[in-house]
Amino acid sequence: MATPQEMSGAEIVIKALIDQGVDTIFGYPGGAVLPIYDALFHQNKIKHVLVRHEQGAVHAAEGYARSTGKPGVVLVTSGPGATNAVTGLTDALMDSIPIVCLTGQVATHLIGTDAFQECDTVGITRPCTKHNWLVNSAKELTRVMHEAFYVATHGRPGPVVIDIPKDVQFQKAEYVGPQNVVHKTYRPKIKGDIEAIKKAVDLIAGAKKPIFYTGGGIINSGPLASQLLRDFVRMTGYPITSTLMGLGAYPASDKQWLGMLGMHGTYEANNAMHDCDVMINIGARFDDRVTGRIDAFSPNSKKIHVDIDASSINKVVHVDVGIVGDAAHVLEDMIRIWKAKVAKPDKAALASWWAQIEAWRARKSLGFKNSDDIIKPQHAVQRLYELTKSRDTYITTEVGQHQMWAAQHYHFEKPNHWMTSGGLGTMGYGLPAAVGVQIAHPDALVIDIAGEASVQMTMQEISTAVQFMLPIKIFILNNEYMGMVRQWQQLLHGGRYSHSYSDALPDFVKLAEAYGAVGIRAEKPSELDGKIMEMINVKAPVIFDCRVDQLENCFPMIPSGAAHNEMILGDDADAPTVTEAGKMLV
Amino acid sequence: MTKETSIERHTIAVLVDNEAGVLARVIGLFSGRGYNIESLTVAEVDQAEHTSRITIVTVGTPMVIEQIKAQLERLVPVHKVVDLSVDAPGIEREMAMVKVAGTGEKRVEALRLADAFRARVIDTTHTSFVFEVTGTPAKIDAFIGLMRPLGLVDVSRTGVVAIARGPEAM
Repeated sequence: MATPQEMSGAEIVIKALIDQGVDTIFGYPGGAVLPIYDALFHQNKIKHVLVRHEQGAVHAAEGYARSTGKPGVVLVTSGPGATNAVTGLTDALMDSIPIVCLTGQVATHLIGTDAFQECDTVGITRPCTKHNWLVNSAKELTRVMHEAFYVATHGRPGPVVIDIPKDVQFQKAEYVGPQNVVHKTYRPKIKGDIEAIKKAVDLIAGAKKPIFYTGGGIINSGPLASQLLRDFVRMTGYPITSTLMGLGAYPASDKQWLGMLGMHGTYEANNAMHDCDVMINIGARFDDRVTGRIDAFSPNSKKIHVDIDASSINKVVHVDVGIVGDAAHVLEDMIRIWKAKVAKPDKAALASWWAQIEAWRARKSLGFKNSDDIIKPQHAVQRLYELTKSRDTYITTEVGQHQMWAAQHYHFEKPNHWMTSGGLGTMGYGLPAAVGVQIAHPDALVIDIAGEASVQMTMQEISTAVQFMLPIKIFILNNEYMGMVRQWQQLLHGGRYSHSYSDALPDFVKLAEAYGAVGIRAEKPSELDGKIMEMINVKAPVIFDCRVDQLENCFPMIPSGAAHNEMILGDDADAPTVTEAGKMLV
Repeated sequence: MTKETSIERHTIAVLVDNEAGVLARVIGLFSGRGYNIESLTVAEVDQAEHTSRITIVTVGTPMVIEQIKAQLERLVPVHKVVDLSVDAPGIEREMAMVKVAGTGEKRVEALRLADAFRARVIDTTHTSFVFEVTGTPAKIDAFIGLMRPLGLVDVSRTGVVAIARGPEAM
């Protein structure tokens, strides 16, 4: 006899999701998850968004997670359902996005027999998740469900997979609420070591040429971390730059903001990083896109590194003060100690540091030659920014030149409004991510700044947008090239454009119409504003084919193998300085 | 990486929850990130608590060793990581079974050397011995080296197990 609290594995899954506060899941049904889909059918608390490919489900969940701060949930079937999700899971792992991915599995007695749609899901996803579980009986299922949410969202966030065999979904077991599940081993460190923080504040207070270098860790920590960062940066009067992942944590309109750093960062941000005497890294990880040549990276600075993941500290760059902890907690302590010691930065030194920075800023490294005849991609992003900045706008991107132009020319004032694939660099991320963002924010303006090559990798998700009436805007900077590949071939491979031309492109306007979306095309600078307004005002998904200059390059640029102070600017772009060793780097 | 090039050998003890796939996680971490494993041993050490202890001998620069420990610590089922070369100086032992085949003078010499190494004979035929020898990896290397010209045919080694000196638990 079943006790009142006893239910099937599939019902346990749904009950646990509801108890974890889940309102939306992104998924695709199949044989090995039919019992869970049946349980979904019998309830109305959780909305299921049917995607067109499992990779899209994970990216959509990422968009949902990054724009809300809540974990994204994915439900896919066994075998190809799980393997299709792998790119999304790896993307979420690299960018520290909390995702709970439920995969169906063949029945326990069939595991290991090469059954239909069987694959070793936990084996395949072990290196691309923060943790994963194969659930052997319904008895374990409640605990694993609640543990999964705990692991995905605590410490450094990341994706987790729960692999659930079909027979387990039918088995009956007792359900236990989340408050009764405590993880046995996982206790990430949240508070930073106070002695290390004091040492850091001393260094910060004594700096003559300081810079804040912040990253996605601020965003992941939550809105409080962004607020504390703003407070602390203003208190010090120091300049601040950020990684691609950290954009929005500090308002781009502020005068202390130097713009993004790194390979396509601003001249002032990169030179300030190179010449600084104290670097305050909060929630960034010295990625190779940021550091350039590692042995020439900021050679004369004392480095402070705050990270929730101890393995990020001293991984690629040796630092003087490492602090393991959550950004908001550490910032709170830093501000308290700063105030207590009545720290007064060296005004004269700071003034001459700012004068130097202003001289770099005067180079206007994001400048470009605009045209009256042809739409420059940078100009298109600038117009998009001007025409949408006063609205509640969320931006996603694909990967490539358009992504960098978006990061350079679209300016963010708030966290959680910028969704881009930073670590993995996944072409095809932006469209499904926009689906996830729009689901979470139905009334917001959600724009995927895309390239014509990237967007074709997950184009089918426009069908999801049409089905769920999600008015996402796919703003394609169409230059008929895999632009970043073409740019590297021009700069590094003698202009031999090997397979980087986007041949046989669809007519994006007709394609939009074929899907039941709206297609708009802009070919002349003079019509750009009008067409953008038309796009904004359409209450339906839009594919916007913005025909831009085909051969425009993305500058400034630190060539691979070069240091921060060896940038190529737009006006001296004909003199690439890539060494043979640099060519070896990606 | 920095200019540090000094390669160090470290013995690291890892206490893990004995759940499915935990060894694959540890090994996958080493292969995926390009770290070296000189030896790895694992067995359950507490049945009631379901904990296993993994002993890993690895080599790398100080920066890499620090990375390895941090990466191990962040695996979800890991309870504790102790560097027995730094945090708590440890004692290491390894066991080997060494099969030597031969007759006449070589057979006598093998037995005589085995005695000097306190190796025990655990199997014998008229033409062979299996010795059990315990000690540091260097001692076992030396014993195997001596057996080679005397008819060494097979070796099986456990890999290193290690424990900290003194009264403290891991």
